[in-house]
Amino acid sequence: MSSWNLPIKEIGETPLVGDGTTFRSITETVCRVTENKAPRAWWVAFLIAVNFTGIMTLAIGYLFWTGVGVWGNNAPVYWAWDITNFVWWIGIGHAGTLISAVLFLFRQKWRTAINRFAEAMTIFAVICALVFPGIHVGRAWYAYYMLPLPNEMAIWPNFKSPLIWDIFAVSTYFTVSTMFWLVGLIPDLATLRDRATNKYRRMIYGALSLGWRGSNRHWQNYERAYLILAALSTPLVLSVHSVVSFDFATSLLPGWHTTILPPYFVAGAVFSGFAMVMTLMLVTRAVYGMRSLVLMKHLELMNKIILVTGSLVGYAYAMEFFIAWYSGNEYERFLFVENRLQGPMAWAYWIMISCNVLSPQVFWFKKCRTSIPVMFVVSILVNIGMWFERFVIIVTSLYRDFLPSSWGTFRPTLVDIFTYAGTLGLFFTAFLLFIRWIPMIAIAEVKGVLPEADPHFGEGAESHGHRETFHEPIAAEAE
Amino acid sequence: MSTPAKVAPASSSVGEGAPALLLAEFNAPSEVLHAAKALREAGYTHFDTHSPFPIHGMDEAMGLGDSKLGLIVFPIGLLGGTLAFTMIHWMNNIDYPIIIGGKPASVASLPSMIPVMFELTVLLSAFATVFGMLHLNKLPRHHHPIFNSDRFASFSNDKFFVSVEATDPKWSAEKTRNLLEAAHAHHIELVYDDEEGGEDLDEAPLGSPSTSPGKVHA
Repeated sequence: MSSWNLPIKEIGETPLVGDGTTFRSITETVCRVTENKAPRAWWVAFLIAVNFTGIMTLAIGYLFWTGVGVWGNNAPVYWAWDITNFVWWIGIGHAGTLISAVLFLFRQKWRTAINRFAEAMTIFAVICALVFPGIHVGRAWYAYYMLPLPNEMAIWPNFKSPLIWDIFAVSTYFTVSTMFWLVGLIPDLATLRDRATNKYRRMIYGALSLGWRGSNRHWQNYERAYLILAALSTPLVLSVHSVVSFDFATSLLPGWHTTILPPYFVAGAVFSGFAMVMTLMLVTRAVYGMRSLVLMKHLELMNKIILVTGSLVGYAYAMEFFIAWYSGNEYERFLFVENRLQGPMAWAYWIMISCNVLSPQVFWFKKCRTSIPVMFVVSILVNIGMWFERFVIIVTSLYRDFLPSSWGTFRPTLVDIFTYAGTLGLFFTAFLLFIRWIPMIAIAEVKGVLPEADPHFGEGAESHGHRETFHEPIAAEAE
Repeated sequence: MSTPAKVAPASSSVGEGAPALLLAEFNAPSEVLHAAKALREAGYTHFDTHSPFPIHGMDEAMGLGDSKLGLIVFPIGLLGGTLAFTMIHWMNNIDYPIIIGGKPASVASLPSMIPVMFELTVLLSAFATVFGMLHLNKLPRHHHPIFNSDRFASFSNDKFFVSVEATDPKWSAEKTRNLLEAAHAHHIELVYDDEEGGEDLDEAPLGSPSTSPGKVHA
């Protein structure tokens, strides 16, 4: 239905921003966060986060000094929290790219309210993820063997190994996400430069905004660059978690050797990432008064995505069991039924199921989708559940090998816990610095979706022009 | 959006040295779109519009062709994929052949090369996109006469500007100003170049009179 030329009221759409939002009020709301003094809560959170980062540094230093024996990894559980944390962090990053690239290609204009935020989260999550492959190799000073560099043994990496694909996938992902984010920042840093009242702000934001002057000749290439980057990032983000899943899927271990793993990992990544965006968004939105830019409508749409991806993940869990039974392979069945569903590690499996599959089901109800406390709790549960998903995949596939003599279990050590908690500290340190110094909402993009940004705005009833609104039928609105 | 009442626009001049451009300020995207159309119809080529966000339809109004960025990105993306293939083929099949899982050390192992080829294609394309965009836009460029205007700072907030550069073959301090006034600019100013500026604006296109009134001197 071509509804774009009808007045908003008739097709039951709501604008993407709150009432009374103007170009000027957007600039004000977003910029003042970086210009005013940081609230006390920011300092408290920042000091805690920095402390945790320090703990991580100590834990990693101790690991380097002593060796990977300081972790709980053992025979037969050779991979444990290190890879669990790596996959968890990479997965969290994926929501940022989904919001910035995939929703952009699908013309989902509501993404403008959350994309900056989510992209920043992507970059910091990938930084946290990249800590683990580097430190889990044992002798970290040989980590450069992962790269195709000439070395004294005159050999090259084995490019048939998914671990090498992983290096390329994750480092490309980090580089491209960072560039995408920085390109998106240029016009907003120019806004900060033009508002700067002291010399240092003017110099620093001036240098970073590259002399941006909002020229239409520039916007043209800029928008094309944005489109190309979105088109590149979309297959990239799908490839990254697929390649991460190849680390498992190309092995011969039951529980890992599963063809459903790539799409299942991608769905899980988006799921956990949206949950993390939601957790962070709810807090910052309340602390910094961004309610006119991030509406309940945005949160509701995100909850719908959490519901969809959570159910996809639930389907994948069920399908793994179906294949274990249908294949008639006794080792598969032993692993899934005896080692996951039951057995000494079953508690991890059931935490995963209740957090990931059951808890998002409350979002079938509009009352829950639009309730801040409910969505906050669910987003935290999903973050926990998705961590346990990776733990279940890795540890419960390893802990009871196929001879009873090689059965073992896994217990994290303090160093494991400190390292993991420390990466959370690193993430929040980076994130808090980001909301302190960089516009946390994409100013230029949100301005572009205001009704008055349309050059045909207010030109009479028959041509209301191209308005950016939530597309939704009246029926849903009347609920 | 209401257009300003029929009063003579306030005007001022900024900076020292040679006049570099005429800067007209507007309040709404529709006004600046009409002004761009008017300039284009009058035959101007060295003009630009400045807005806090890209305005829908402005490229057509200014008569800009399609962005050339794709032409830069595509070959470099292909180069990325080719480089990855060459690197893997040379490292794993020629310089130090390794046979893993019964997969031959030859081009027949192409499927295992695809992930890295894909990643490097994306990586080089992304670099080409970002640096190609900066190249086409001639950024970073921290020195531009337009920044000599104090009012211009509001382009990144809620105002819209049209700038006509003195290098335009049709440039005339008087006529251009009249044209912008007719387009309902609510403030017009003549912006001068800095003394220490150097080569600030692009040269006029070939065939234009070399002694146009506002020619910028280095």
